Amino acid sequence: MINRLRTTNSVILLMGLFLIAIIIAPFIAPFDPNQVNMANRLKPVSLEHFLGTDHLGRDVFSRILAGAQTTVGTSFLVLAISLLLGVPIGLVSGYIGGRLDRILMRVVDAFMAFPDYIAAIILSGLLGPGIFNLIFAIVMVKWVGYARLARSTVLTEKQKDYILIAKVNGVGSMNILRRHMIPHVLGNVMVLATLDAGKIILMIASLSYIGLGAQPPTPEWGAMLNEAKAFFYNAPHLMLIPGLAIMVIVLIFNLFGDYLRDYYDVKNQNGGR
Amino acid sequence: MKQAGKRLFELVLFLFILSFISFVFMKAAPGDPVRYMLNIDDVSITDEQVEELRNELGFNEPLYVQYWNWLIRFFQFDLGESYMTKQPVLQELINKVPSTLALTFSSMAVMMLIAAPIGTLAALYKNKWIDHLSRIFALIGASVPSFWLGLLFMQLFSVKLGILPAMGKGTFLHLLLPSLTLGIAMAAVYVRLLRSSLLESLGQDFIKSARARGLSQKRIFFFHAFRHSLTPVITIFGVSLGSLLGGTVIIEVLFAYPGVGKLVVEAIVRRDYPVIQGYILFMGLFVVMINLLVDLSYRYLNPEIRLRGGDKG
Repeated sequence: MINRLRTTNSVILLMGLFLIAIIIAPFIAPFDPNQVNMANRLKPVSLEHFLGTDHLGRDVFSRILAGAQTTVGTSFLVLAISLLLGVPIGLVSGYIGGRLDRILMRVVDAFMAFPDYIAAIILSGLLGPGIFNLIFAIVMVKWVGYARLARSTVLTEKQKDYILIAKVNGVGSMNILRRHMIPHVLGNVMVLATLDAGKIILMIASLSYIGLGAQPPTPEWGAMLNEAKAFFYNAPHLMLIPGLAIMVIVLIFNLFGDYLRDYYDVKNQNGGR
Repeated sequence: MKQAGKRLFELVLFLFILSFISFVFMKAAPGDPVRYMLNIDDVSITDEQVEELRNELGFNEPLYVQYWNWLIRFFQFDLGESYMTKQPVLQELINKVPSTLALTFSSMAVMMLIAAPIGTLAALYKNKWIDHLSRIFALIGASVPSFWLGLLFMQLFSVKLGILPAMGKGTFLHLLLPSLTLGIAMAAVYVRLLRSSLLESLGQDFIKSARARGLSQKRIFFFHAFRHSLTPVITIFGVSLGSLLGGTVIIEVLFAYPGVGKLVVEAIVRRDYPVIQGYILFMGLFVVMINLLVDLSYRYLNPEIRLRGGDKG
């Protein structure tokens, strides 16, 4: 079943649908996600509130939609910054080589030595809790993977004849990087990024759950679960839905990542953690 | 041996740099611990009180003096006192380490108990239903947030069935739900890894020669292929012992399990610098040790590396 799911375009379709749903989320949300209504608290599932209301009477469905933007949006932001930081560093390090390369790779190794969750917890510990600090912390953990991957791709490509010919013909370094290196690097990087997206979403939700990420009342899936935990006995539906949302979106990203990996036939190279 | 010494030096240097960075970072971070400390008692505070406590804690000294003082105390095994509990940080950490280690190892046991049989069966019966099942398990296991899985377990085993305690620590039963949660979440990765690793070793030349020597299928599988496929598993294992430890932080908070992770999360929320710093150094030391252990276990498990290493040094 999974094989069929992967080989057909259904994964891409599913992914596209989800992304569209996340983008238009605020327009289809029936209520304001932060609208408190104490008369209406802990209501079960009904026609008016598809997924019930939480302990402050806020509409859970609207909060899930808004939370999608926080959780998924934040993880995209993390990915984008990590790419913008890691890829150029890896490119330059691999292309120029020499002492610069050695120093940069030593830094990368030091970062890699720390397990990602521990590093993220330590960094948000140093900076204090909050969603922006969490973004910074996860970027610090993740950029090294992209630097490594970009570097190793450049090192392989650099050996090839067409680069030599380009050099002999007097093509400048910038042009070689732009025309020849970047296209190769981006293919590999995209696969890693898709496989990472799910992990980053899980990380943001987990760290928000323990109170180091998004702070209430921001609608974020992990933070919602944290708030729901107090109403464990009275309203178990509150903790079912955000978790399910996290699982489904991560599952889609993982399927998509597997699909891309098979498509590009890239093995999880050095960048993978 | 020479290489090991060099590596050890590098790692110590790494710890030193880490301690300095963490120190500077923390001083620059927003959030005033002095005000927070005075706020616990919930009485109104004056600027004089703040200033007085600041002097007392040495916050008004220049940064390098503060670091130097801290470093001297560090070598006397004094990591300072927690702002909150007024207990020595080292003592607090050491008190919590056994619970965290217990959780880590029992999760690891759960993980192995799940991953080893499923991974082996999936490799033995490649592309049969058990293989497909393991693939689905891996996919879902990699996608489910561990804390949510924990919440579901709590709901099922503690609230609905009432057979296991949901929170706290003490008996073996208290350990069961947290380690089950973490173990299942971690097993997903290993099932696939063990499978592909086993399949790869089964295609190697030494397996063919073992077959040619007429060894039984069972013996080949368990004594040769299994052992050979452990090398990559151990590599990832070393790396993910860290993520296992990262996972314990989340799980400890979830199950109100009094370990190192819960301690540090509380310290972070309260800006309790000495505890955070102590945690960072503990973790740094831990990472260093794991790296060394993984290196050593390579030598043991893979004769190729062992022999080559022996020739050189």
